[in-house]
Amino acid sequence: MAEIRIENLRKEFADFVAVKESSFVVNDGEFLALLGPSGCGKTTTLRMIAGLELPTSGKIYLDGEDVTFNRASARDIAFVFQLFALYPHMNVRKNIGFPLLSQGMPRAEIRERVEETARLLQISHILDRSVSGLAGGDRQRVALGRAIVRRPKCFLMDEPLGTLDAEFREVMVHELRELHNRVHATTVYVTHDQHEAMAMADKIAVMNHGVIEQFGTPQEIYRKPASMYVADFIGSPPMNFLRFTSGLKRGASAISLNGVDVIVPEIHQDVAVGELALGVRPEHIRFSDASPLRGAVYGSEYLGTNQVVAIETGNGLIKARVPANRNFQIGETVGLEFTPANLTLFDCKSGRAVASSLYSGGQHG
Amino acid sequence: MSSANTAHSVVAPSDTSKRVAGTIVIVYALITLIPLVWIFLTSIKSPPDSISYPPKIVFTPTLEGYCNLFTTRTRQTPDYIAALPEPTSTCDEVTRKRNMVIAGPSNFLPRFVNSLVIAFGSTFLAVFLGTLAAYGFSRFKVPLADDLLFFILSTRMMPPIAVAIPIYLMYRELGLSDTALGMILLYTAVNVSLAVWLLKGFIDEIPREYEEAAMIDGYTRLQAFRKVVLPQATTGIAATAIFCLIFAWNEYAFAALLTSGQAQTAPPFIPTIIGEGGQDWPAVAAGTTIFLVPILVFTILLRKQLLRGITFGAVRK
Repeated sequence: MAEIRIENLRKEFADFVAVKESSFVVNDGEFLALLGPSGCGKTTTLRMIAGLELPTSGKIYLDGEDVTFNRASARDIAFVFQLFALYPHMNVRKNIGFPLLSQGMPRAEIRERVEETARLLQISHILDRSVSGLAGGDRQRVALGRAIVRRPKCFLMDEPLGTLDAEFREVMVHELRELHNRVHATTVYVTHDQHEAMAMADKIAVMNHGVIEQFGTPQEIYRKPASMYVADFIGSPPMNFLRFTSGLKRGASAISLNGVDVIVPEIHQDVAVGELALGVRPEHIRFSDASPLRGAVYGSEYLGTNQVVAIETGNGLIKARVPANRNFQIGETVGLEFTPANLTLFDCKSGRAVASSLYSGGQHG
Repeated sequence: MSSANTAHSVVAPSDTSKRVAGTIVIVYALITLIPLVWIFLTSIKSPPDSISYPPKIVFTPTLEGYCNLFTTRTRQTPDYIAALPEPTSTCDEVTRKRNMVIAGPSNFLPRFVNSLVIAFGSTFLAVFLGTLAAYGFSRFKVPLADDLLFFILSTRMMPPIAVAIPIYLMYRELGLSDTALGMILLYTAVNVSLAVWLLKGFIDEIPREYEEAAMIDGYTRLQAFRKVVLPQATTGIAATAIFCLIFAWNEYAFAALLTSGQAQTAPPFIPTIIGEGGQDWPAVAAGTTIFLVPILVFTILLRKQLLRGITFGAVRK
């Protein structure tokens, strides 16, 4: 097991820059999710760590050793592919044992290790089956088996649950996390699914256009988004932005939204007059008839335990997640109240969060 | 009307259409088989039966054609034949009835062996080189790849007869005329372009993830190619090998021009049978029948490989 350190990693394909000067550290035994939409550079980053792509510039350290230009076979890592890439001409046993065979391990020992791995993944009963007849989940477990059998320094996974159906994906998310808790292997997991990332990862790196927008724990990413992009990408429905034009003074703890004062966490930064956005999570909005902040109900979505109500305000359409026990009429005027401690201000021009007592990390990047 | 209510598949062919399709296939198969059956029947006719008109459907089969194919014979007086000891084989007996004795083996067997060596040798080489080249074109950034591939294909654009004379002159200078090596090189050169194009298509279909997985599993690219790509390309390799073999086995123009003795293959040899001792159609038909066997066996053997489709279902697309 090992620490992965990425320094100023950059990758260009002809005139397209896939990854721009990214740096991060995955501590020993940590589970990192690289999260982002397709084409954001997350898979390219993973493939560079694996040695399947060579970076244009930058360094990759594995367990302190510079492996930037080492062959994939010399890095002692395991990779789980999106399409599993199980060798179709071998049965399950041979597939799992294949990485051990390359190390010249004696047959008896390979057999033992393969069976031990199969027990861990509960696939002992299919060891002698052909891989082409396996169901999606079993195929996934075999792919995992082939990865863990070698006890590599780290695991790299490229959207391994992408092809499973929704119901089974839930099961595998738990299995993967449990497996990680048991073997404590440093893991880098690429996904475009925020739920997978939130459910499994110790740390999340949100990527966009080849840049890591934010690197932090799931709680930090959710509660203190560093940019409007992250705030918009995480959460469903995503964070609401109430746009307004104003300047901010260091030390202020309220803003004026259409003439209504809204209390926000203490601002730690001066911002010149320009377009700003107040970020509010849907669950941090409450209805309060007394509130001077008004809006008109635009529509509602009943979700069982709660409902999502869309409200037209003077600063744009916002969505609120509220208890399901109240019926709203379309067009009905409602008063809105925000939980002050959870509000984030963004500078629309740079897209970054304004430093405040809630979050002071909006400067970097 | 109850049958209209039973559930039925809208995509499965109905019984009637199955029957019609089956009939068409059987009729087509019979039509294509007629020349082959006729060749085989001619090979077991006696020479007079083979040229009788109207053609004989019912006749007494004889091995005379096969005897004549494998032997050379000399005509003798009946007295001489009567003085000979008892015939030792069926062929002795058949030959003596025509007032002839066997003088020795014919050239058919060595010519047939030439065909085997040259056709299988060139097929192996073409498929071997073709697989490596196709893998290279498929997986690596080859400078001017498209132009190179077009150039490779362009070698097949000219008819053999257009290049026959330059090749004849080249071979004479190089001492490759009438040698098995010369023919193997020539057929390899012709077939390798076909092999590269066909195999590139097959290898393009094999996802790169397999090699990447193997390389991460600790193998070099060459090992990954051998252990992971090659087993999955079997189907394509088998198909390519059949095409190459059929070309090399049936090739007539170059063989007639460049081989006359030592390295002569069966196609230019078989017509020469006609010249020896009259128009011996049963012997020609016997030669053709035997000539068809290897290619038939090879195709039937590899048919299983062709149908296996081993990559099916292992990768979700």
